Amino acid sequence: MRVVADTAICQGHQLCQGEAPDVFGFDQDADVVTVLDEHPDESRRADVQQAVRYCPAFALSLEED
Amino acid sequence: MIEEVSMLLDDQDPSVPAIIKGTGHLPEMRVDPISLFHRVREECGDIGRFRLADREVVLVTGAEANEAFFRAPEDVLDQAAAYPFMTPIFGKGVVFDASPEERQQMLKNQALRGDMMRGHAQTIEAEIRRMVAGWGDEGEIDLLDFFAELTIYTTSSCLIGRPFREQLDGSFAEIYHRLEHGTDAIAYVDPYADIDSFRIRDEAREELVAKVQAIISARVARGEIAKEDRDLLDVLIAVGYDADMVTGIFISMMFAGHHTSSGTASWAMIELLRNPSVMASVVEELDTLYADGSEVSFQALRSIPVLESALKETLRLHPPLIILMRLVQQDFELLGHTIAAGTMLAASPRVSNRIEDDFPKADEFDPGRYIDPRQEDLQNRWTWIPFGAGKHRCVGNAFAMMQMKAIFSVILRDFAFEPVDGATYADDFTKMVIQLAQPARVRYRRRTA
Repeated sequence: MRVVADTAICQGHQLCQGEAPDVFGFDQDADVVTVLDEHPDESRRADVQQAVRYCPAFALSLEED
Repeated sequence: MIEEVSMLLDDQDPSVPAIIKGTGHLPEMRVDPISLFHRVREECGDIGRFRLADREVVLVTGAEANEAFFRAPEDVLDQAAAYPFMTPIFGKGVVFDASPEERQQMLKNQALRGDMMRGHAQTIEAEIRRMVAGWGDEGEIDLLDFFAELTIYTTSSCLIGRPFREQLDGSFAEIYHRLEHGTDAIAYVDPYADIDSFRIRDEAREELVAKVQAIISARVARGEIAKEDRDLLDVLIAVGYDADMVTGIFISMMFAGHHTSSGTASWAMIELLRNPSVMASVVEELDTLYADGSEVSFQALRSIPVLESALKETLRLHPPLIILMRLVQQDFELLGHTIAAGTMLAASPRVSNRIEDDFPKADEFDPGRYIDPRQEDLQNRWTWIPFGAGKHRCVGNAFAMMQMKAIFSVILRDFAFEPVDGATYADDFTKMVIQLAQPARVRYRRRTA
């Protein structure tokens, strides 16, 4: 799987970091999400999906390789 | 050339008030905006136009046009100038909406931050329990009265502070409602026109200012208090704002979260009553979830999938805002057309949320749409738009969903509901702020273990 973040619409809620702190980071200066691990291990799927589903800006998506 | 939609209500018709005669589609938008907006898509496709007095409004629907609309930067599409009916409500000098940068700053610094949510969830649970504390074993409530009052308490307590909330009673909600009702589209011609609903609006605002003035005077007389007991009102008093300005700030802070949450809670209840099998599965989910005695303020921040799907489907069918507008500041290219500066550009959650290709059987209430692998909200992130989309997507949406989950967690576990005989339930679309038409009564009965 591939994690994609659309930083043009991220609002900086930072909820994704709560779900998967190893996958999502935060750029303090730009106030937007950063993807720390674009291809997380399959074992991280549930948490990443949760982050995508509950992103208040709908800025995240999960693509299949 | 962008096609113009037909006109079903002649703007010279005898039923049209004199002040808006000859204003194109404005008279029809005041009476039946839903039919007007849907007809734009039916007759003109993804891009069509109608006329409000001397403004051309280009209404777009569909994923491609919506994405361009929601992604456009502020200096191209300006939101503040597009809602003239809000200025007299907030008062001069209070901005309609902050820029995306300011919104982000607000988010970081204060009430809507993720780490504040736990406290808000506790506050909301307590407010709901207070509201139902006076209920007997059975009785009737009006959905609009009940949820409009509840959401005045929750928004004021969470956004302004508990001390201020404790100085409010039901009369504040009643006055606030009159203010929301002062959003007649006649404002597109003259927001200060001499008509009943604007007079009622201005009187309501003055009543709110008087209430806030009384609270301010009492606080000034009381003198300094400990820092940890202060709320936003104390801060604004210290900054030197007068009651008029403070009231305007509070009205604007509460506005986005009030009629929207109140309407959504009402419609969620109505849809659950209309769909008893969904109601049964939601109640079963909640009974199971809370069987171990866990707290509402804990669970409301977590996944409650069946209830969440029902809430999403309610929002899709009954988005609280049916049209989102921007004023075009610089010529804007869209679907092969050039939209000239000075035009209004609009997107419609009501129409986009019901596009049949994206949402099969679009008029049916089907919470199954949100279950894996369909996920019709995420799959259609530019047309599933009850909260808007892009940078301007409602910053309060996580708060709103948490509040809905808390409300239904409390009331559906303690009470069973049914419609009163003959009740049909409908929205009143005659104002830009849409509210449930009254009466909207339901019966409750306390559940027995």
